[in-house]
Amino acid sequence: MKFSEQWLRSWANPSISTQEMCDQLTMAGLEVDSVEPAAGEFTEVVVARVESLEKHPDADKLNVCQVTDGTEILQIVCGAANVRQGLVIPLAKIGALLPGATGEKPLKIKPAKLRGVASSGMLCSEKELGLADSAEGLMELPDDAPIGQNIREYLQLEDNIIELDLTPNRGDCLSITGIARELGVLNQCEVTEQLWAPYKQTINDTFPVEIQADEACTYYAGRVIRGVNVKAKTPLWMLERLRRSGIRGLSPVVDVTNYVMLELGQPMHAFDLQKLDGKIQVRFSKNHEKVTLLDGKSIDLQETALVIADDSKILALAGVMGGEDSAVDDSTTDIFLESAFFKPEIIAGKARSYGLHTESSHRFERGVDTEMQVHAIERATELIREICGGDVGPVIEHKTTHHPEAAIPIHLRSNQIKRVLGIELAEDEVTEILRRLGMEVKVYPDGWLVKAPSFRFDIQIEADLLEEVVRVYGYNNIPRTRPSYHAVVQVQPEAENSLNTLKRCLVNRGYFEAISYSFVDPKWQKILDPQAPTIALANPLSSEMSVMRTTMWAGLLNALKHNVNRQQSRVRLFETGLCFKPESETSGVDAITQEPMFAGVICGDLHHEQWAEKTQKVDFFDVKADVEALLSFSEADSIFTAAENPVLHPGQSACIRQNDEIVGWVGALHPEVQKALDIDQRVYVFELKQSAIVNNNVPAFSPLSRFPEVRRDLAILVDEALPVADILSVIKASSSDLVKETQIFDIYQGKGVAEGTKSVAFGLILQEFSRTLTDTEVDTEIGNIVSTLNQQFAATLRE
Amino acid sequence: MDLQKLTADAQDKINAADNLESLDQVRVDYLGKKGELTSLLKTLGKLPADERKIAGQDINNAKRDVQQTLEQRKQALETEKLNARLTGEKVDVTLPGRGQNIGGLHPVTKTMERIEDLFSRLGFTVEQGPEIEDDFHNFEALNIPSHHPARAMHDTFYFDANTLLRTHTSPVQVRHMETNEPPLRIIAPGRVYRCDSDLTHTPMFHQVEGLLVDENVSFADLMGTLADFLKQFFENEDLKTRFRPSYFPFTEPSSEVDIQCVMCEGKGCRVCSHTGWLEVLGCGIVHPKVFESAGIDTEKYTGYAFGMGVERLAMLRYGVNDLRLFFENDLKFLQQFA
Repeated sequence: MKFSEQWLRSWANPSISTQEMCDQLTMAGLEVDSVEPAAGEFTEVVVARVESLEKHPDADKLNVCQVTDGTEILQIVCGAANVRQGLVIPLAKIGALLPGATGEKPLKIKPAKLRGVASSGMLCSEKELGLADSAEGLMELPDDAPIGQNIREYLQLEDNIIELDLTPNRGDCLSITGIARELGVLNQCEVTEQLWAPYKQTINDTFPVEIQADEACTYYAGRVIRGVNVKAKTPLWMLERLRRSGIRGLSPVVDVTNYVMLELGQPMHAFDLQKLDGKIQVRFSKNHEKVTLLDGKSIDLQETALVIADDSKILALAGVMGGEDSAVDDSTTDIFLESAFFKPEIIAGKARSYGLHTESSHRFERGVDTEMQVHAIERATELIREICGGDVGPVIEHKTTHHPEAAIPIHLRSNQIKRVLGIELAEDEVTEILRRLGMEVKVYPDGWLVKAPSFRFDIQIEADLLEEVVRVYGYNNIPRTRPSYHAVVQVQPEAENSLNTLKRCLVNRGYFEAISYSFVDPKWQKILDPQAPTIALANPLSSEMSVMRTTMWAGLLNALKHNVNRQQSRVRLFETGLCFKPESETSGVDAITQEPMFAGVICGDLHHEQWAEKTQKVDFFDVKADVEALLSFSEADSIFTAAENPVLHPGQSACIRQNDEIVGWVGALHPEVQKALDIDQRVYVFELKQSAIVNNNVPAFSPLSRFPEVRRDLAILVDEALPVADILSVIKASSSDLVKETQIFDIYQGKGVAEGTKSVAFGLILQEFSRTLTDTEVDTEIGNIVSTLNQQFAATLRE
Repeated sequence: MDLQKLTADAQDKINAADNLESLDQVRVDYLGKKGELTSLLKTLGKLPADERKIAGQDINNAKRDVQQTLEQRKQALETEKLNARLTGEKVDVTLPGRGQNIGGLHPVTKTMERIEDLFSRLGFTVEQGPEIEDDFHNFEALNIPSHHPARAMHDTFYFDANTLLRTHTSPVQVRHMETNEPPLRIIAPGRVYRCDSDLTHTPMFHQVEGLLVDENVSFADLMGTLADFLKQFFENEDLKTRFRPSYFPFTEPSSEVDIQCVMCEGKGCRVCSHTGWLEVLGCGIVHPKVFESAGIDTEKYTGYAFGMGVERLAMLRYGVNDLRLFFENDLKFLQQFA
């Protein structure tokens, strides 16, 4: 809501400065968004008239004008297209200062010569005076404007435009009346509450109205005015107030309806009576009825749209905008004024669903005063009569049984003030605040019985009253206390790894945490999880952000690419968050798993460039070590097996299982995928379900042996395709509990080892808890293991 | 041979030895099995009994003196050798160390952890909820029915008429109240989504929601708690805060919380639009309709709720001037928070 401070002060004028007023409104919950002067800063601009003009001898587009400022005739060269004899305009005299462009110095008017012709002053447009952002020509003033008067005085420009950012509950403040009432409450000052007496009707003409949608439109008032002069000029004071509220003057009838809406908060509409057929009907649209609105846009109506229609056509989208076919135009003589109450829930969202947002829909959506309709018609009638004349018919009123009646009394209990707000207020202080707010207050057992006025339709329950009381009392007058509450010990299981611990594990391994959007480009999604069903947003911001990720790799690889393109020679990134997996492409939103995941990507050098070691590129075992570090937090055993994944390198990809469930993947990105994503570096990736790493064991102590360990190193020759994991599991199965540990320390292929085989060297560490092992015991143990390996894999000892 | 001369010769040779090997040779020559001093002892038997004792003592004294000199020389040589080795092993300690550098957490995470830490000291626990939400939990249960104008302010991403990306972390409140009995004290950090993108809006951002439900919790308590929190968060005991009436459908009374601008200390600057104040939080007393919807007795319990934008707090705390940097994941940006 944007308005002129002068206008507001004509309704309520507390003796406080503009700044104080704005602070006061903000701290009462009506947030002031901006305060700007109604015009730019300028001096020495007066009302003047063009007495005569002739073409400039040397320039087609310029005119040499003789202009009077009431005391002398000045010669002024002017380039505006609308300059003509008799035109009354603002004149900046020699010595005047005009507002410069934003951030620039003011413009000083000096005597000048334009193409050889002397010019002593400048005729101004609205833009040049800082009254508008753009202008098409000179500002045209009414013919009766007093020549010579300072323009600031004449247009009352010593004013501010205040803009409020109102919360949706304060629809009552979408009018000068409403804001003035608030000022009255806050300052305990007088508020002009004008009520317009019924205008004396001069004719008996009416127009029939039928409310068919009686729950949606509960009140409809109308009036016929005949013989209206639509060519009359809207007075400057009204145009200026409209301008300061951001509304352009159009024609007197429309200007009046807009003015009344701003003044009283009741949106109105005027139809051309001659264009109405049969009777007005307020009803829901039949499907696919069409209407062309005042803005020239043609819309196809849905059945949920409330419309104003006559016997043959749609006249308006109710509460949103009128139609072109019934609009007041230059030839209109008779009008029908509408002032109605539409239910907020019926209007809500309608304008938006047709891509519209109007001053009218904004107000009806939030609710208007249920008792304002007839007052508004009377006020508009008065203004139209003043400007355009006309014969006035009686007001017709249609009220349905669904119209919200007088507010239901609310019981405000005095103990709730202490309980909910934490303050003690005297009984008469509460009564006083409520009365100032326009409430009817009766003292009642344990408190008050309160009836809200019709314009405070947002007040419905006790909590609403508590808020009003504390709002007027002042939030910042409340002492700040600390709650005393039931102390409950919150148990954090020791075996639960916090996500922060897991993240720090990777941070300590050189990773940076990334956060990327949960919606991704469907192209990337398809490349990185080709088989997965996905779910798409119905209203994405762009197609690159339209599909919910099923893998974290899309966002991470995008970030990796961003950094590689910015000359980063090594990138290590991880991200945690949800992935969104529908059961199938058709299962829709009902069967979505939102799985917390932990993923990472690395590429480039293993270490930062440094003096001590040769530059080395990361490989599979670097990323695997990071994954193993994360998995070491898990209580479960994790098994890595070579497995095919369309996104990963077939020879460098492992699937990770815990208790036979796949919990993650690690590997090199498939070269084809890299190419498709336009990444020209070897990239290694991993992704784990967070569920696989959040649960740990509470440590259980086992006693330490005081006897020495024995280590035996063996090298065996096996088929080169045999996974080492298989060897290790056979060793584990075939050894007794004397074997405490097995360490792989060398893998060798080449000279001295037959083609197709590899040498695997490992150390076995043996220990007996209560005594020193003998050589014989160790030999027997090793013998068993070697012979089992021989049986299982035809493994032989490497000599 | 003259014992004195022998001793002096031995000591001269010991002191002349310039390494441990030649020193050992001197030891063998004098004190070894066939060494000169050892040999002297063997001649004692030939002396008369009364001379034998004195001569024996003399030789043993000489042996002791030589032994002592030998030890001293050995120690000196060893020290010399060690010093030589140490000198050879000298490194340039100003060269950087080897191995993996440390990475870093995202500034949003750092900020959320800090908020979690501060509230967990007050006994709040951290709760999570789904990001794909239903209309009921995101709106209806929070007293935002379908026709409510507040919906227009939310710019919701939809999947279908009933399913959406949560626009705030408030649905976690609702879910927690559905399954737990008061007293309740939770905070819910997480990602939220709004269909909006420009200089000051990203379609995804983070919020931390808080909820406290107990007997006798008042608006004054809410103000005290949040003022304390903000002072701690910005580590400024003198931080001024003000509470401004506002409107959220799920709280009443509702308030926005402003802090004195941390950039200009309230003098007015570009960051605070020359008002001296910065809006950082929304809060209020839980609306009775929200309690009713969750089955909590409004006569027995009151509660407060609050919500804050994490990026906003991170920007103010760390002086980040462009919201969009948070989601570009540029290492040059991330490294600044390590």
